Amino acid sequence: MIVAVASGKGGTGKTTVATSLALALGSRSQILDCDVEEPNCHILLKPEITESYPVNLPVPSVDKEKCSLCGKCGEVCQFSAIVLIGQTVLTFPELCHGCGACSILCPERAIQEVPRRLGVIEMGFVKDVEFVQGRIRIGEAMSPPLIREVKTRINKDKVAILDAPPGASCPVITTVKNSDFVIMVTEPTPFGLNDLEIAVEAIEDLGIPMGVVINRCDIGDSDSKDYCARKGLPLLMEIPNHRKIAEGYARGVPLVESMPEYVDKFLNMSDCILNNKH
Amino acid sequence: MKIAVTSTGKTLESAIDPRFGRAPYILIIESEDGELLEALDNAANSGAFRGAGIQAAKAVADRKVGVLLTGHCGPNAFSALEAAGVKVGTEQKGTALDAIERFKKNEIVFAAKPNAEAHW
Repeated sequence: MIVAVASGKGGTGKTTVATSLALALGSRSQILDCDVEEPNCHILLKPEITESYPVNLPVPSVDKEKCSLCGKCGEVCQFSAIVLIGQTVLTFPELCHGCGACSILCPERAIQEVPRRLGVIEMGFVKDVEFVQGRIRIGEAMSPPLIREVKTRINKDKVAILDAPPGASCPVITTVKNSDFVIMVTEPTPFGLNDLEIAVEAIEDLGIPMGVVINRCDIGDSDSKDYCARKGLPLLMEIPNHRKIAEGYARGVPLVESMPEYVDKFLNMSDCILNNKH
Repeated sequence: MKIAVTSTGKTLESAIDPRFGRAPYILIIESEDGELLEALDNAANSGAFRGAGIQAAKAVADRKVGVLLTGHCGPNAFSALEAAGVKVGTEQKGTALDAIERFKKNEIVFAAKPNAEAHW
């Protein structure tokens, strides 16, 4: 089963919830940090990394000797990454999405695919939880291909927990797509609610069931709870703003280690999700 | 020689649009007699997610234009125009007619590099 943890607003507690859920489930679970621009599950989990490999995107390189200037490559490219202009073919590798169409369609077989570095994948363990993260190359604008690569490491025999990036755009959708359930983590403030509504709207088109965790539930108002009731979104857990949790977080300690009584609460939540009791 | 001018409207009296890739119209003008050959509708590019400059450069190069007069030109568009041998005059103001007049009087300083950063 694949459970994504998303939010809308940044800083609501996605990583906090994702890592504690993984630790509570122990050997049954796998955690995959899909926030490849700023992965920080590793700060709370301190995994032992046992394997890592670079991830590249194939981009076109044109052999000018073989090119007949037919222009088919540019016609098929949706992203203007390759174009026939004047008497030459130009490529713009940073626009390329790596689909390979230009290289397949070239009648002269003049286009080769060369690698453009996207980032790295790192894998390992924390206690008996499998750990995977992607780290994008600084300066790379395109994170979805690296996120897709992280997701190829999903172990279908485990409960795969995906820590999503904040926001509601391509990287988030790429992360949550094809999940079985999405946990939306929010805070009970106008900011949290505003961004939750946006993210819910973005994700509900995917037809994936969602539930909400209200983190620091005692710091704000009840509008988020009312919104969940109106939208029919199950309220999975409410976590008060315990000083112990905040202190632990500030030192990089996961929630279920700061307050072990929460292990059962996370197990109850996962039971609801896994057994469709929401 | 054919000259392209980025324009807010379809006529020679229209104000120049400072953008290249996302200008609503690109006017193709014969420099000898100032005849307006084509008012290219650039709507498809104006709304493009990315690659607007590259596509506009291709449209201009395909029409065998020798000079582009506009406000700003980003790095991808500039590379594309350079590859096609199109000279670029930036920071142009006024109407298309004004720009053509400046060209005929050799008052255009052609850009050696882009004068806008890459942007979406």
